[in-house]
Amino acid sequence: MGKVVAVTGNEAVANALRQADPDVCSLYPITPQTDIVQRFSSFVANGQVQTELLNAESEHSAMSAAIGAAAGGGRVITATSSQGLALMWEMLHIASGMNLPIIMPLVNRALSAPLNIHGDHSDGMGARDTGWIQLWSENAQEAYDNTIMSFRIGEHTDIRLPIMVCMDGFIVSHSIARMEYLEDDEVKKFIGPYQKVNPLLDLEHPKSFGPLILTDLYHEYKRLQHEIMGRVKNVVLQVSDEFGKLSGRKYGLFESYRLEDAEIALVILNSAAGTSKDVVDELRDKGIKAGLLKPRLFRPFPYVEVGQALKHLKAVCVMDRADSFGGYGPMFMEISSAMYQADGEGRKPKLINKIYGLGGRDYMPHDARKVLLELNEIAKGAPVGAVKEYIGVRE
Amino acid sequence: METRELLKWSAQVKLREKSKQEVRFEHGHRMCAGCGAPTVVKMVLMATEYPVVVSNATGCLEVSTCIQDYTAWKTPWIHTAFENAAATLSGVETMYRALLKKGKMPENVKFIAFGGDGGTYDIGLQSLSGAMERGHDMLYVCYDNGAYMNTGIQRSSATPLGADTTTSPAGSANPAGKLQVRKDLTRIMGAHGIYAAQASPSHWLDLMTKVKKAHQIKGAKFINIIAPCNRGWRTATDNSIELSRLAVETCYWPLYEIEDGKLKVTVVPEEKKPADMFFKPQGRFKHLYSPGNEGMLQRIQAEIDRTWERLLKESEQAC
Amino acid sequence: MKKWTELVPGAVVLEAGSSARFKTGSWRTFRPVWLQENCIQCLMCWLYCPDMAVKVVDGKMTGFDYDYCKGCGVCAKECPGKQGKKAIVMEPEGK
Ligand SMILES: Cc1ncc(C[n+]2csc(CCOP(=O)(O)OP(=O)(O)O)c2C)c(N)n1
Ligand code: SF4
Ligand code: SF4
Ligand code: SF4
Ligand SMILES: [Mg+2]
Repeated sequence: MGKVVAVTGNEAVANALRQADPDVCSLYPITPQTDIVQRFSSFVANGQVQTELLNAESEHSAMSAAIGAAAGGGRVITATSSQGLALMWEMLHIASGMNLPIIMPLVNRALSAPLNIHGDHSDGMGARDTGWIQLWSENAQEAYDNTIMSFRIGEHTDIRLPIMVCMDGFIVSHSIARMEYLEDDEVKKFIGPYQKVNPLLDLEHPKSFGPLILTDLYHEYKRLQHEIMGRVKNVVLQVSDEFGKLSGRKYGLFESYRLEDAEIALVILNSAAGTSKDVVDELRDKGIKAGLLKPRLFRPFPYVEVGQALKHLKAVCVMDRADSFGGYGPMFMEISSAMYQADGEGRKPKLINKIYGLGGRDYMPHDARKVLLELNEIAKGAPVGAVKEYIGVRE
Repeated sequence: METRELLKWSAQVKLREKSKQEVRFEHGHRMCAGCGAPTVVKMVLMATEYPVVVSNATGCLEVSTCIQDYTAWKTPWIHTAFENAAATLSGVETMYRALLKKGKMPENVKFIAFGGDGGTYDIGLQSLSGAMERGHDMLYVCYDNGAYMNTGIQRSSATPLGADTTTSPAGSANPAGKLQVRKDLTRIMGAHGIYAAQASPSHWLDLMTKVKKAHQIKGAKFINIIAPCNRGWRTATDNSIELSRLAVETCYWPLYEIEDGKLKVTVVPEEKKPADMFFKPQGRFKHLYSPGNEGMLQRIQAEIDRTWERLLKESEQAC
Repeated sequence: MKKWTELVPGAVVLEAGSSARFKTGSWRTFRPVWLQENCIQCLMCWLYCPDMAVKVVDGKMTGFDYDYCKGCGVCAKECPGKQGKKAIVMEPEGK
């Protein structure tokens, strides 16, 4: 069984990639992700994996090469953050449009300008419409587990899609935490050999990848892409279930924390969920019925399930570590959509949106406490002030 | 003319044999009548006597050869975007090596990228330079028609001095058209320490010899091939080969190769023809023959002469 | 036209050389005509044709494939012919 270690998020993810032993890794450095590809390069240099390394001259080329390699017909990884993901943007759509499973840890970081290398979710949120699957992770353990599962999910023959595994830059990527590794052979067996679908390198059956598609067919291809995305949820559940049997760690589409009998709740992604759970416990001790929902599968977004999980609440605050300037926070928009569709017998929770922690700004227990107490008042009938508000900001 | 005849005859037997091989590029593609690019592709593939995987940058060649269910390619072919034919193919080639190492692929598969001048000299230069520096075992072929043709004849850094394009038009304030000299990409690629060459479909034996040679070299290779475009050059549909020949004979498009850092001119025209012979038949240079533009014509000729002299000198020194 | 349920995921084209099903001969306004008596079988027409529309059988030029020939005239221009007489001439289509 597993081995308990104290490692950083980056080290944990790098080890998951080593255990998967991909055929090709294309890479380009960027903080806070660099540490992953550096570690992986050492695995290659030391013969711990059989992978061919491709040191691209930019993230655009790293993703282009990943696409070429994946089309070729083998297991492919890369990793990035922030500006790197932004530079890849054009190619992200091409990877998903060509149905190529590429596994990519995304160590979340703020976007310029102004330049900032610290953790927030602007990069991942900006890529939510690229047709990639997104799994988000609270800590090193989840990042490790999600990375391992991502091979099974992305490469599943029902879907064949690229997948981003997100974790918070520095807060998780560079902090040492206690976690548990699976044994190499367990992971190898769990992931299994790569299954080819229409490989470009099948010389006997030459295929053309990347045709021009005109108005009379493009719409149909996008409909097909929508259909395939629709299959992801079941694959995630199935793979997570199997992983649970192997590791003893349970994963679903999202995590519910003391939500069943709650009256108020936070919806919050990644590392800040951990801080918030402590405050939920603290308020529970004081008799306030607080709870929390932490999304895991953000694309495709499980609207129905999330709606079901939240519909009984009186008030919900959606916490966004990214802003959609001129709009609500990106997660808020999803939760609003989910709640509007949810069958709540005429009753729906009041929703508010807080923007927190941009550019690595600390998110502290008192931030969570303040928001939950505000929710408690709203639940009791206090009017909602501003729907969207920045917190932890110097006024 | 006589050398041409001679060349033809000397290779005729081989050509006859060649005609019996399958051309892995099928008719039914939708490039304009008389376009130079398909002939370039055909010649490159004919000189490639190996299994080959092709990558293609967005551009005329790409949009016209693979539309919906119709592909002209009988080789594995991949197009992803405009600026990254080299990066994409470097990924395919890397996957090939990964699978070869595990005994899952045969030896001696070749990799060729085709990009237009816009996708190569301009937006794709970084991707190309990166792939060449990394030394992937691939041949990058630029089919140079001297502008962004697919989007409607905009100037690129390969557009010749003086050309009228839709974004370097000749007008009353600027009667000269494009004011800058072409980027000398072939020599830039030579500076990567790789095999780099310039070729023309008119001189098909020279072209095919260079392609064959490139395939014998392990690592990155680059060949720049002139590919007349009758739409953008504003010429008749029947003279793509004639113009590519005149480009060589006027020394506008010298044929040479750079190997191990040494430059060698591979075809010296028997008589160097005046630049006019290449420029005058083309509508994109028509304004240069209006009064007031004499200086431009002189500058063009001087530029050609200077480059050619320098190439000859370097070539002699290398011998 | 195909329904979305009939498409290959990733838009991969599975049939190599399928463009042969797309006939480009209708683009032609001029057609090349072969005058066999002037032909020296140099195969320049075959080599330079951008549309693979010159039919060569057993190493010999035998005529044109009018299903694909776009009538550009490159073959006629490059044909050396015999003693100054071209073996390919272009004629207006429908004449
Ligand atoms: C990133 C990006 N920018 C712009 C374009 C639009 N575009 C498509 S093809 C093309 C021109 C291609 O020119 P070139 O590479 O010279 O090939 P040609 O069409 O001349 O054969 C342009 C500008 C694009 N597809 N992608
Ligand atoms: S526009 Fe020019 S390059 Fe493009 S297909 Fe037509 S002739 Fe060829
Ligand atoms: S180019 Fe002319 S002479 Fe040569 S094979 Fe063709 S038709 Fe005959
Ligand atoms: S006219 Fe053009 S397309 Fe037709 S056979 Fe001659 S070269 Fe080929
Ligand atoms: Mg061009």
